[in-house]
Amino acid sequence: MTSAIEVADLVVHRGARPVLHGLSCTIPEGSVTGLLGPSGSGKTTLMRAIVGVQVVRSGTVTVLGRPAGDAKLRKEIGYLTQAPSVYADLTVRENARYFAALYGLGQSEADAAVRDVGLAEAASQLVGNLSGGQRSRASLACAIVSKPKVLILDEPTVGQDPVLRDELWAQFRELAQRGSTLVVSSHVMDEANRCDRLLLIREGALIADDTPAAVKASAGTDDLDQAFLTLIRRQGGGVPAPRATGEASEVPS
Amino acid sequence: MILLHTTGRILRQLRHDRRTVAMLVAVPTLLLTLLYFMYDSQPGVFDHIALIMLGVFPFIIMFLITSIAMLRERTTGTLERLLTTPLRKTDLLFGYGLAFGVAAAVQAGFATALAYLLLDLDTAGAAGYVVLIAVANAVLGMALGLLASAFAKTEFQAVQFMPVLAVPQLLLCGLFVPRELMAGWLQAISDVLPLTYAVEALQEVGAHAEPTGTMWRDFGIVAGAVVVALVAAAGTLRRRTP
Repeated sequence: MTSAIEVADLVVHRGARPVLHGLSCTIPEGSVTGLLGPSGSGKTTLMRAIVGVQVVRSGTVTVLGRPAGDAKLRKEIGYLTQAPSVYADLTVRENARYFAALYGLGQSEADAAVRDVGLAEAASQLVGNLSGGQRSRASLACAIVSKPKVLILDEPTVGQDPVLRDELWAQFRELAQRGSTLVVSSHVMDEANRCDRLLLIREGALIADDTPAAVKASAGTDDLDQAFLTLIRRQGGGVPAPRATGEASEVPS
Repeated sequence: MILLHTTGRILRQLRHDRRTVAMLVAVPTLLLTLLYFMYDSQPGVFDHIALIMLGVFPFIIMFLITSIAMLRERTTGTLERLLTTPLRKTDLLFGYGLAFGVAAAVQAGFATALAYLLLDLDTAGAAGYVVLIAVANAVLGMALGLLASAFAKTEFQAVQFMPVLAVPQLLLCGLFVPRELMAGWLQAISDVLPLTYAVEALQEVGAHAEPTGTMWRDFGIVAGAVVVALVAAAGTLRRRTP
């Protein structure tokens, strides 16, 4: 399997604080990779570096054979930020059609993306009037509308009910089967089980990079939550305590 | 194409905000009407002030609207997202320019029509030139607003850039004190402020039946200031952030 994303010795500082220190990983093409770790561990920063919007101190990120952020990649990459980044004063349909137009796509593709995220009924509502979960799906529609080769999704299923979560994961799987490479961050461990590979990050360093089965096997447990804790303890870190910078450090400033 | 889609998107956002659209049209006309009654007993003064106000309103209003709109793009993350797509920075900046240029043309059209038809505004030159200069002023306000939004982190800061960037231009443009009567150093400052030239162009329309060379030169200076502000604004759009 060829790799879609290669991260080598990535060092990122945000402000005076080091967020990623020398992280390396390889993400195979056509896979769904889960990015897991406590708040403030550097998940969002790693995703931003892959998309090419993060200023990096050293190291390289290569996406589809090009340096991350390369102009030619802009057609090939889709990015869902953690906070929904859509226009609150446009309808769901208008948002999707605008983002579709940026990729040279028409209204039918946009309307299909709106259906795919289960917002067909709400298509003519202003995004500002939607619930939090719907709003984040509107944002997701704009990320998947171009069916990009690389899709970076920062917590796409937060605030969604189990049925919708299941449907969204079925779609992520379908996109991967069509050859897209997905990186999905999550806090929900049952979602981690649906990934082809898992990257476990803690305090800016990778503590596991393997299939869910192998992660569980190496920790000697059947439960991913438990496996995660075991791996963290094995690193000698103890259970991660919430840090002062906590959630805030995850939100891009 | 992306440019036109961006223009369409911005106009659609505006259209969903009915009250803003209503105010864009109503506020300048109401203020002009107020001026008309204020100067009721002083013939000629209304002609002088209303003409300048037709150029000043679009400048101030578009400055405010654009700086808030662009600040929203920054704070809601849509700007960062747009910059990960094939959109070019110029698509976005000129998209704003075109969209607010259209809005300004509608606004100036209403205000000018009211001023000439109902309030008996009298100028030597044609009303069409007043609208043209008003739209140029609106685009200037828009370009400065785009630039100012880069230096504001909150809406509170953004609205306060209006007094910082717009009010000195208004005070020194010759509306309150004729430029010839200002101290030399104030005149020198006035000389480098773009609104000075916009006001002078309007005064040329007021005084001459045919467009003068001075009017076209001033129009060119305003257009040049727009380009400078847009280029500077493009420099503040960063694809990578810390």
